[in-house]
Amino acid sequence: MELLAIFFSVMIVNNFILAKFLGLCPFLGVSRDLRSAACMGLAVMFVMTAASGVTWAVNDHVLKPCGVMYLQTIVFILVIATLVQFVELVIKKLSPVLQRVLGIYLPLITTNCAVLGVCLLNIKSDMSLVESVVHGFGGGAGFALVICMMAGIRERLDIARVPPAMQGIPISFIVGCLMALSFMGFQGLFAG
Amino acid sequence: MSVGEELIRGIFKENPVFRLVLGICPTLAVTTSLANALGMGLAAAFVLLGSNVAISLLRGIIPAKVRIPAFIVIISTFVTIIDLMMAAFMPNLHSALGIFIPLIVVNCIIMGRAEAFASKAPVGPAIVDALGMGMGFTLALALIGSVRELFGNGTLLGFSVPGLDAMPVIILILPPGAFLTMGLLLGLFNFIAQKRGP
Repeated sequence: MELLAIFFSVMIVNNFILAKFLGLCPFLGVSRDLRSAACMGLAVMFVMTAASGVTWAVNDHVLKPCGVMYLQTIVFILVIATLVQFVELVIKKLSPVLQRVLGIYLPLITTNCAVLGVCLLNIKSDMSLVESVVHGFGGGAGFALVICMMAGIRERLDIARVPPAMQGIPISFIVGCLMALSFMGFQGLFAG
Repeated sequence: MSVGEELIRGIFKENPVFRLVLGICPTLAVTTSLANALGMGLAAAFVLLGSNVAISLLRGIIPAKVRIPAFIVIISTFVTIIDLMMAAFMPNLHSALGIFIPLIVVNCIIMGRAEAFASKAPVGPAIVDALGMGMGFTLALALIGSVRELFGNGTLLGFSVPGLDAMPVIILILPPGAFLTMGLLLGLFNFIAQKRGP
């Protein structure tokens, strides 16, 4: 029950893109069409879940015993970069289909602040291993949901008449504002 | 290009936030007040300066193949420095900015300048580039922060502004307001750029 609350709260109420402003670069950059948005969303979901688990373990079993918690930032970013490379290799070996779908998006994820952000948040709010993984998975799912919605709206925007100065990125921010407003309606759904 | 032009370039023509649309996450997340925006901008500018100098000095030594991981380590070193310094000397600001201080590591502006400029230029121009870009980023954040604090809270740097504090538009300091302010300001700058011609 607790885990379900974490999952839905981070997926919908405290959405990574709309409420925490993490992962905005792909949100604006890879949301031109629904297909690539879905692939990006999947890839982020995958990496966020895995990174949550791995960084939790690294923090708890390496950094804490050695008393070098201040190295968190450096260690986490390296762990994530390595993890992404590793995931890429595994996918290449196991599933050529998945490789074709996620291929070009995986390297981009290393510098996605949603991934590092979720790892830091896990540690900051003292989550257990299972909670961290669920938190990462929910965050990724929320990211995928919102980026797909955004892509759907942007496909429609292409045929809308937008003032020249607002075309492209500016109007996407306005769309983001409206989405964030509507997602605020879910606030209070889960305590915490 | 003269030093002055180089410096100004980061502020207007290639402003990282409004012209290149880089580093958006902290731009939206911490600009609920002018003080937070300035703190974030200066912290990022410090990291940019440090990493640009270090990368420019090491540009002959870092092998091209492993340059990205090397840059990341250099950048995160400076981020850790500023993170610890702010925790020690400015605890309020540090807790207001939260995880966005460590997240400077993945700010595309810093990586972008390292890759596009500092890794190919001598120290002098790298410093000028970092100062220009850092100022451009700080000014952009300060502008968004002032608009949001002024209209969303009726204050500026914590002092209430007569006339505006009676009826604050609270939505502007909530998350949707960040998207709205950013979209409208971007549109305004595009409009100005289009009016002045290419």
